[in-house]
Amino acid sequence: MPLAAAAASQTSTGEAVQFWILGTVAVLGALGTVLMKKSIHSALSLAGTMIVLAVFYLAQGAYFLGVVQIVVYTGAIMMLFLFVVMLVGITAADSLKETLKGQRVMAAVCGLGFGILLIAGISNASLHTFTGLGQANTVDGGNVQGLAHLLFTKYVWAFEITGALLITAAVGAMVLTHRERTEERRTQRELSEARVREGRQVTPLPAPGTYARHNAVDIPALLPDGTISELSVSSTLRDRGQIRDVSGDAMRRLADLEQSSERWLGREGERPAAERSERAGLAGRDNDRAEEGAK
Amino acid sequence: METLIGLLVAAPLLGAGVLLTGGKRLDRVGHWIGTLLALLSFVFGVVLFADMLGKDADARTLTSHLFTWVPVGGFQADVGFQLDQLSMTFVLLITGVGTLIHIYSIGYMAHDERRRRFFGYLNLFLAAMLLLVVADNYFLLYAGWEGVGLASYLLIGFWQHKPSAATAAKKAFIVNRVGDIGLSVAIMLMFTTFGSFAFNQVLPQAQQASTTQHATITGIGFMLLLAACGKSAQVPLQSWLGDAMEGPTPVSALIHAATMVTAGVYLITRSGAIFNAAPDAQTAVVTVGAVTLLFGAIVGCAKDDIKKALAGSTMSQIGYMIMAAGLGPIGYVFAIMHLVTHGFFKAGLFLGAGSVMHGMNDEVDMRRYGGLRKYMPITFVTFGLGYLAIIGFPGLSGFFSKDKIIEAAFAKGGTEGWILGGAGLLGAAITAFYMTRVMLMTFFGEKRWVPDAEGHEPHPHESPSSMTIPMIILAFGSVFAGAFFSLNSRFVHWLEPVTGHSEGDSPVSAGTVTAATMAVLVVGVGIAWLMYGRRPVPSLAPRGSLLTRAARRDLLQDDFNHVVLVRGGEHLTRSLVYLDHSLVDGVVNGTAASVGGLSGRLRRLQNGYVRSYAVSMLGGTAVLVAATLLMRAV
Amino acid sequence: MNPANYLYLSALLFTIGAAGVLIRRNAIVVFMCVELMLNACNLAFVTFSRLHGNLDGQVIAFFTMVVAAAEVVVGLAIIVSIFRSRHSASVDDANLMKL
Repeated sequence: MPLAAAAASQTSTGEAVQFWILGTVAVLGALGTVLMKKSIHSALSLAGTMIVLAVFYLAQGAYFLGVVQIVVYTGAIMMLFLFVVMLVGITAADSLKETLKGQRVMAAVCGLGFGILLIAGISNASLHTFTGLGQANTVDGGNVQGLAHLLFTKYVWAFEITGALLITAAVGAMVLTHRERTEERRTQRELSEARVREGRQVTPLPAPGTYARHNAVDIPALLPDGTISELSVSSTLRDRGQIRDVSGDAMRRLADLEQSSERWLGREGERPAAERSERAGLAGRDNDRAEEGAK
Repeated sequence: METLIGLLVAAPLLGAGVLLTGGKRLDRVGHWIGTLLALLSFVFGVVLFADMLGKDADARTLTSHLFTWVPVGGFQADVGFQLDQLSMTFVLLITGVGTLIHIYSIGYMAHDERRRRFFGYLNLFLAAMLLLVVADNYFLLYAGWEGVGLASYLLIGFWQHKPSAATAAKKAFIVNRVGDIGLSVAIMLMFTTFGSFAFNQVLPQAQQASTTQHATITGIGFMLLLAACGKSAQVPLQSWLGDAMEGPTPVSALIHAATMVTAGVYLITRSGAIFNAAPDAQTAVVTVGAVTLLFGAIVGCAKDDIKKALAGSTMSQIGYMIMAAGLGPIGYVFAIMHLVTHGFFKAGLFLGAGSVMHGMNDEVDMRRYGGLRKYMPITFVTFGLGYLAIIGFPGLSGFFSKDKIIEAAFAKGGTEGWILGGAGLLGAAITAFYMTRVMLMTFFGEKRWVPDAEGHEPHPHESPSSMTIPMIILAFGSVFAGAFFSLNSRFVHWLEPVTGHSEGDSPVSAGTVTAATMAVLVVGVGIAWLMYGRRPVPSLAPRGSLLTRAARRDLLQDDFNHVVLVRGGEHLTRSLVYLDHSLVDGVVNGTAASVGGLSGRLRRLQNGYVRSYAVSMLGGTAVLVAATLLMRAV
Repeated sequence: MNPANYLYLSALLFTIGAAGVLIRRNAIVVFMCVELMLNACNLAFVTFSRLHGNLDGQVIAFFTMVVAAAEVVVGLAIIVSIFRSRHSASVDDANLMKL
């Protein structure tokens, strides 16, 4: 990048190479933001695009903005996004099937038309030469000083207003998310007393997970009869329908194990047929026996 | 002195304001406040009159400009007063007779719980009428004119619990509106023609422009005549006057003697310059006057209701005045003179009629009266003097003024003069007849009293002094006013600077006219005596001849109005409604339906999905970018 | 290479972001796409700043970032409160304002 040149028409080759590589990444990131099914993936793609843009800012001599882009956007705003995504539910993958009639077509027409018009407009403008920021960045002793000079002189009024806007936004966010507590919070003692009085689930809730094979919170515990215990999974996951029922899986594997052990011991056919037919329903007894067999 | 003119109007206006807004706490003193303020106004009038007498005949006009009411570019309406001899005459008549009627009402309305309100309306009536006569421009005159209409509406319908009174009030108001249209059109024409409303601008210009703008001035004259017909109850707008008897009797006296009906005569006299410049309009005026004086007289003959008979007589007498005013400078003075004398005797007659009704349980049918002279001596005497005055008994005031009008009619000259004079004489004969009839049926003959609806036998008695004193004063006026005015042509000299006066050139000598008048008077009285004095009056009205029956129905005026105006209006309305339903509604509904259909389709765009709206936004932005690029390319 | 290429890239990113707003139903993703559009604008501003050789474009980009931050804060707060009451973050579910 020519530092002192008043006008130039070409950037350095290094920048060109960088542009073509990172530009592709930026476009891919943007497409990923739009097309990824899960919002968490969208957020990560967007973060990638933003980092690329930060690099572009730096490459174009906007050093301050490049740093701000990383700190504010990828650092703060994207984290805020991730935070909300987590709050709302990460696994709720969106269906990309369109529900509004004609929306896709209209979006395509408008988007394409708009993009074509923008590009036509840019190519129509005569942008064969450019000044470069070498001069502007050195006048006040650096890019940050130059920006500060402008911010606190020419744009000071806008700056003040933006400050007011930020405060308003902060207050607004608090007002919007604040929930008034209308009754006293119940103590642990009161809760336990209420449980006993209602006579429902007096003991602690069962822990999730089935044996040592699964200990994830979304796997419900199995009851002695082999069915799952809904209570063992957090109500949030239950509401979202994110319970992974592995009881059938476990049954099948146990049955396999039992078969193979019987075969290995050469005692097949010894057990009465009636008992064997019960196997599917009375998983508990099978389990016990299978474990004995395994030993 | 100039401020006194304003105070003259302000006093009764203040009374109206105080009485109508004061509420019940003024109930006990309301009538005194109203009467005192009317009296105060009369005192102001007398002071101004004394001041005026002290000046030269040509310099007696007082003007007072209060403020500019509507200053809009070239359109300037002022509130200003002009008090000349003509206005002065009216001011004294209005405040004088008005005050007497106020005093009379104290007794007459003593038992009415809404007496305070009644006095408020009376004061409003006086204020409006005073404003009308002292205004120095037509615009302000119009304000007073409408104020009179309003006050008359309120007073005629004062007993609004009676449907007949409410209807009569509406009738008076609506018929007056027709006349008011005439006045407003006339004022608009004046403004476009002369660029002003002021008397001192319009009238001289009218005189000068009589040749150049003849048609316009004739038009103004006709419109003013229409206005006068409305207020003064002249044919064809006479129908409200008879029904206006539904109001309390003092109101009838006030309307007939001092205010309201005299406004038309004032308007024509005041606008004399315009009529002088428009002979066609003048002809129309005399025609209206002559027709009305006969019309009213005939109606008066057939009515058995004492107040309606007197109402017919008013119509007839005002007809005399209008006819005189239409004669031009030879008649103006006598029109006003008859107006003043009529003010005295007609007020006296109405107050007398009210006194009779007061004593007879509010009975109005003269066939149920009879022989009352012994029971109500004061009423009998004052009513009798008023009667003698109105028929033109020699020496009494009606004799001088009516005689002069008939003389002036003959002096008009030519065939017209003969016709008008003949009409005047015929009217005088009929007047003598019907007034004698009223007199005989009420005060003479045997008793024909019957108990009223609740079975109360009437006990005729003399009215309280608050009622008799005004009657006595008015009787004095009825007797002496004419002679006083005629002595040395006093009244002619008094009014001449304002209205102008010319003697005219009569084909008949004054003596002959007087003799003829006397002759018809005797004939009229004689016939009446033959019919009602010599033989007993039947308690129930006989069927009567065709003319009698028609006259009982006010010569079919209401039937005419009904057939021509109401039916015609109904047909017009019906066809307009049909047009409205089929054509106008068709267009409107069609437009509405197409807009509705279009909206139904457009509504689908508003599907509530924010993403659809976003598409529209992006599309709009694309269009904007395209437009920008195109403009740059061009 | 001419710096105008940055502008083409900016236009491309903007259009992709706009399409995302139109297509996606998840309010959070829609917001991300809006952020993408804002970033594309910022890139254009920075590039223009370079083309003209003054820092005004960068100042504007800076302001854009601040406004974007404010917008995200409020927008996400709205999403959270909507989610709390309706258990959904889909923009199509918030269509109660239609006739």
